[in-house]
Amino acid sequence: MSAVKAVKTTALPDLSRVTPVDEVGVHERTARFQTRSIKTDSKNAALKMILSMIDLTTLEGQDTRGKVRQLCQKAIHLHDQLPGLPYVAAVCVYPTMVGVAKKALGKADINVASVATAFPSGMAPRHIKIDETRIAVAEGADEIDMVISRGAFLQGEYGFVFDEIAAVKEACGDAHLKVILETGELSTLDNVRRASVLAMHAGADFIKTSTGKIQPAATMPVTYVMLQAIRDYYRETGRMVGMKPAGGISTSKLAIHYLVMLRETLGNAWMSKEWFRFGASSLANDVLMQMQKQATGVYQSADYFSKD
Amino acid sequence: MDTQVTKLAFDGGWEYAPAPESTDHIHIDKQYELFIGGKFVVPVEGGYFNTVNPATEKKLSRVALATDADVDKAVAAARKAFNGPWSKMKAAERGKYIFRIARILQERAREFSVIESLDGGKPIRESRDIDIPLAAAHFFYYAGWADKLEYAYPGRQPAALGVAGQIIPWNFPLLMAAWKIAPALACGNTVVLKPAETTPLTALKLAEVIQDAGLPPGVVNIITGAGETGSALVDHDDVDKVAFTGSTGVGRSIMKSIAGSGKKYTLELGGKAANIIFADAALDQAVEGIVNGIFFNQGHVCCAGSRLLVQESVADEVIARLKDRMETLIVGDPLDKNTDIGAINSKAQLARIKSYLKIGEEEGAEMHQSSCPVPDKGYWCRPTIFTGVAQSNRIVQEEIFGPVLAIQSFRTLEEGLTKANNTQYGLSGGIWTDKGAKIFKMTQGVRAGVIWANTFNKFDPTSPFGGYKESGVGREGGLHGLGAYLNLES
Repeated sequence: MSAVKAVKTTALPDLSRVTPVDEVGVHERTARFQTRSIKTDSKNAALKMILSMIDLTTLEGQDTRGKVRQLCQKAIHLHDQLPGLPYVAAVCVYPTMVGVAKKALGKADINVASVATAFPSGMAPRHIKIDETRIAVAEGADEIDMVISRGAFLQGEYGFVFDEIAAVKEACGDAHLKVILETGELSTLDNVRRASVLAMHAGADFIKTSTGKIQPAATMPVTYVMLQAIRDYYRETGRMVGMKPAGGISTSKLAIHYLVMLRETLGNAWMSKEWFRFGASSLANDVLMQMQKQATGVYQSADYFSKD
Repeated sequence: MDTQVTKLAFDGGWEYAPAPESTDHIHIDKQYELFIGGKFVVPVEGGYFNTVNPATEKKLSRVALATDADVDKAVAAARKAFNGPWSKMKAAERGKYIFRIARILQERAREFSVIESLDGGKPIRESRDIDIPLAAAHFFYYAGWADKLEYAYPGRQPAALGVAGQIIPWNFPLLMAAWKIAPALACGNTVVLKPAETTPLTALKLAEVIQDAGLPPGVVNIITGAGETGSALVDHDDVDKVAFTGSTGVGRSIMKSIAGSGKKYTLELGGKAANIIFADAALDQAVEGIVNGIFFNQGHVCCAGSRLLVQESVADEVIARLKDRMETLIVGDPLDKNTDIGAINSKAQLARIKSYLKIGEEEGAEMHQSSCPVPDKGYWCRPTIFTGVAQSNRIVQEEIFGPVLAIQSFRTLEEGLTKANNTQYGLSGGIWTDKGAKIFKMTQGVRAGVIWANTFNKFDPTSPFGGYKESGVGREGGLHGLGAYLNLES
């Protein structure tokens, strides 16, 4: 990390100056990341890193306290048969479950992330979004995953979206703010890049692709464009912003491609849970399976890994 | 934008472990003979030369040196095959043989990729994903034309020329062989092909494929040797058509030597293409295009984008992005699947590139190279860019044929166009802008055979390729590529 002081910008940036995105070129580049061959030590290190970057998530209308406790148990005991495993980065739940998660995780070094701001649609008045954020933080959430108002963004009401993010950021206090762009609804990569720039200038600590409720969720092209926006913002202000692709990343192989993309776009400074997260529910078990295979040379059945 | 304080770090941390492609499945003979009349035959004068792996400097094999007497034999074999079975065969039958070559190449793609990388130094990713599949695609494409020549030239009677003497370069050995052999055969000609002396192995392996495909003896002959073998072939009285890909200097002497002989010819020569980047371009994708344009195949590409013209207002930004991107390029073992830039093809070529680096610095240009480590043994050159150069710099005017980019800026479209065209070459060009109208204006103005818009170095058998000015004469590929191997005057 450089020793530059972070420059805090609070004004809405001129989005017309954001460099355009050529979709064909982006797809070509992301295909190229996937040709990297990650083997042996490099693969082992990657698998461990992926585990440590996971936000283990349950965001269902049918969630119960019991379900959340199970998830927290899993977060602490990923696979005790394999010694030396890291914890996942965080457990991600609805605001009403923050207290439950907090208690279940106890002293373990695992954050509680809470979605807020009328997740997943974001269709609520601002004061309700702010209240919801405050409640989640008061319950003990370390991180808030908010959604942007996509309708307003697509209508060109950038000021409205900017102010909303800034207001939620303020409500977050010390909690980290992840801003979900819901890229599956933004229709173009140009929009993704502009929304990323807007969110970062408004105070996002992380930018995140998706709620997981809309298809497509995270894709490599979308994540790549967001990483480039983070790079440009860093160059401009000296402030590092984190990245969280969420939804649709369920295999180790794909997650490793994401790490390659991260490494070759932002460099090594971003390669930790502080700056990169995977929002996923089923990825952890696939990673564990791969680790077991790397350790023993054989694949075990999925039934040997707990499903919570 | 201050690029100094917020530097991204690409070294250290999580690294990629070596991922070498296996070589267990390939076989390279200790010695290769000349492929004449369907058989491998010992050279008349008994000379041989070594071919080495430029990444290790180790000898791979010993290859026959063809002299005048061998060229005679090869041309005679080609003539006999032309007069005999080949010109009398039904066109559809001819097509079947070419399809067969294409299919065998596909089946043996992995083996060909590894040998191409071993002999020439190019990264396995490129030989695996580009060279070999594209070579097979050329055979497939021209195989389809064999029985449709009358449809290509309605109202005329296309006739084969006879014996084609073909000389190919070392930068895309198998692919260039395919570019030359496929249309020649489709049009009913027979062939004597000479691969470059530093990269003969895949052509000799292709000779095996041609045997396996059961082509009548003499339809394709492959003779190895250096420049002298090439000129003996070009000068041979019984050659009807000369096809050459290589340097402009050699191309010029070929034109001189065949002047007045009535031989048909196509020459695909050097280039000094400009990638032209406008301020409104998608800059990150443009940077990918620059990288692909100049660092693909170590810059050993005649249509490489070896000049970068970038609009003034985004010049610093583009250069900063380019420098970051260069840091992520992996230079090293061509057989490693993660290698982006392999070995320089030969000791001589490395010396040539280095001499240009020196010239660039002596002319006062500012040189920047990526910081990646390179192996001790072998021939290597880090990706290099020069800034602060003018049209009059030699590194702007002359073809370096290495991973070396000369960067200039321009203010107006007209200035960009003038600079792009102010070169003795005219092989290719790249235009980067978000505005369609600008693309059309530029493509009409740039005098080059191939112009890519918002992309670079894209090849397809259906698309013609060739140069303006000193970049060459004639077109290869596509429908145009047929005309070069046909007599359309009758």
